[in-house]
Amino acid sequence: MQVTETRAPVTAPIRAVPVRRPGRWISGAILVLALVWLARALATNPRLEWSVVGDNLTAGPILRGLVTTLELTVVAMAIGLVLGVLLAIMRLSDNPVARGFAWAYVGLFRGTPLLVQVILWYNLSAIFPNLTIGIPGGPDLAVVDVNLLITPYAAAILGLGLNEAAYLAEIVRSGISSISPGQRQAAAALGLSRRQTMRKIVLPQAMRVIVPPTGNETITMLKMTSIVSVIAMHELLYSAQAIYSQTYQTIPLLIVVSVWYLVVTTLLTVLQSALERRFSRGHTPAGRLSLRSRLAFRPKESR
Amino acid sequence: MTTIPMVRANDVHKSYGVVPVLRGVSLEVRPGEVTCLIGPSGSGKSTFLRCLNHLEQIDAGRIEVGGRLMGYRESGGRLHELREREVLRQRAGIGMVFQHFDLFPHLTVLENLTLAPTVVGGVSREDAVLRGKRLLERVGLLQRGNAYPSQLSGGQQQRVAIARALAMEPSLMLFDEPTSALDPELVGEVLDVMRSLADSGMTMVVVTHEMGFAREVADTVVFMDGGVVVESGPPAQVLGDPQHPRTRAFLAQVR
Repeated sequence: MQVTETRAPVTAPIRAVPVRRPGRWISGAILVLALVWLARALATNPRLEWSVVGDNLTAGPILRGLVTTLELTVVAMAIGLVLGVLLAIMRLSDNPVARGFAWAYVGLFRGTPLLVQVILWYNLSAIFPNLTIGIPGGPDLAVVDVNLLITPYAAAILGLGLNEAAYLAEIVRSGISSISPGQRQAAAALGLSRRQTMRKIVLPQAMRVIVPPTGNETITMLKMTSIVSVIAMHELLYSAQAIYSQTYQTIPLLIVVSVWYLVVTTLLTVLQSALERRFSRGHTPAGRLSLRSRLAFRPKESR
Repeated sequence: MTTIPMVRANDVHKSYGVVPVLRGVSLEVRPGEVTCLIGPSGSGKSTFLRCLNHLEQIDAGRIEVGGRLMGYRESGGRLHELREREVLRQRAGIGMVFQHFDLFPHLTVLENLTLAPTVVGGVSREDAVLRGKRLLERVGLLQRGNAYPSQLSGGQQQRVAIARALAMEPSLMLFDEPTSALDPELVGEVLDVMRSLADSGMTMVVVTHEMGFAREVADTVVFMDGGVVVESGPPAQVLGDPQHPRTRAFLAQVR
């Protein structure tokens, strides 16, 4: 169409017969047939007990488990973000001790399985039976039994949050490193302190790089919270397990759990793309397109 | 002649690792004067400029701006490094314009201008906006205040960058090859802004390859090569009748 603009107006636009692509029709038809067969097989299979799925979808224990799962996700991500930003700044600092600490932290928490970490936190009292607050070499002010301190909730939050911090630290670090040194230099020349430069110049721009993977991390975290079912934390999966261990309706209850995870991850995905648009300000005009226009069907131009 | 020089650099040395970049640069700039630094790339002129506002630390020598020693405090016959806060206060009085503009891309043009006055200068938001708009008018971009830098041409971006530096009301402006990254047809608009700034009495140190600008606007042209000042003087003398063979060789190449 641009051709007609630059050439003389008498030139008619090209109206060519498009190339026929029978392969697309055949492969498309096979896929549709396969999906129809699968849908029919799932819908009519009595072992899936769809009525049980329907009954349990909004059952009290399941909804309470869902709330706990959401709560764990939010709290663990919040801890992860705060610690992650701190660790990223330490990792990039001039202080070799801070740099070394952040490096070791990330290495330790990324290098061991989350499941192991969660179980370790849960059994913290086996390593440190008592938490003592006092003056070193002087009198003890308070002694707390670690067994009482480490509830399943505390162990779950520690395990998920501290582990997440290691991953987010790397994401934030890559975001900060993506900002050109010229930006810091310009800020310094204007008299901004390092702290002000980080808050006003570097982090807002780094967000553009940080938000997409952090959205993925949030979605991953939502699903990873199911790991803490092993320490009897009553989140979504554990609540379902508690029911099917008595009713033996294992499959329908796992479907209930999957439906809820799918609903929440879908909502999170929408939220993520909204955030991405918010932080791409000043970068691409496409960044200000509405969600609707992004989802709108756009036919590919024939080549 | 008895006024304090705006810039006084004395025997400044600087090396990156073992590579010497500045090997004893001395220079004086009087208030209201425009000094152009010229010379081949790698001659140390940009590094020297960045030493003037302490973006780079020098290894030996001393730099005074407005009569104040940059980056250090002298007491008991020793130099003490200034704290970050004190360095920043010194720096805020010196505006700097970079080759690649380095505008803040996540902020609008007007926000680029109001950021430092509000965050560093303690100016109220309303006053900063008024000041910002006045400066945008001065560089001919009043209508573009709400645009993002990426929506402007290179020349417009550099004019915004000049306005941003002026927003801190500096008494000295440093320009680091301000037109080198511009398409040829955009160079003129930036030089026009710089020329009017010079006419308004601003003290300026300009690293440039624009010999025409240097000849027309500069009070002093300084030719640097190999980390030293080879020759300096009024433009008619340095550019018109260079004494040193290295100056002649350089000028023959850029013409």
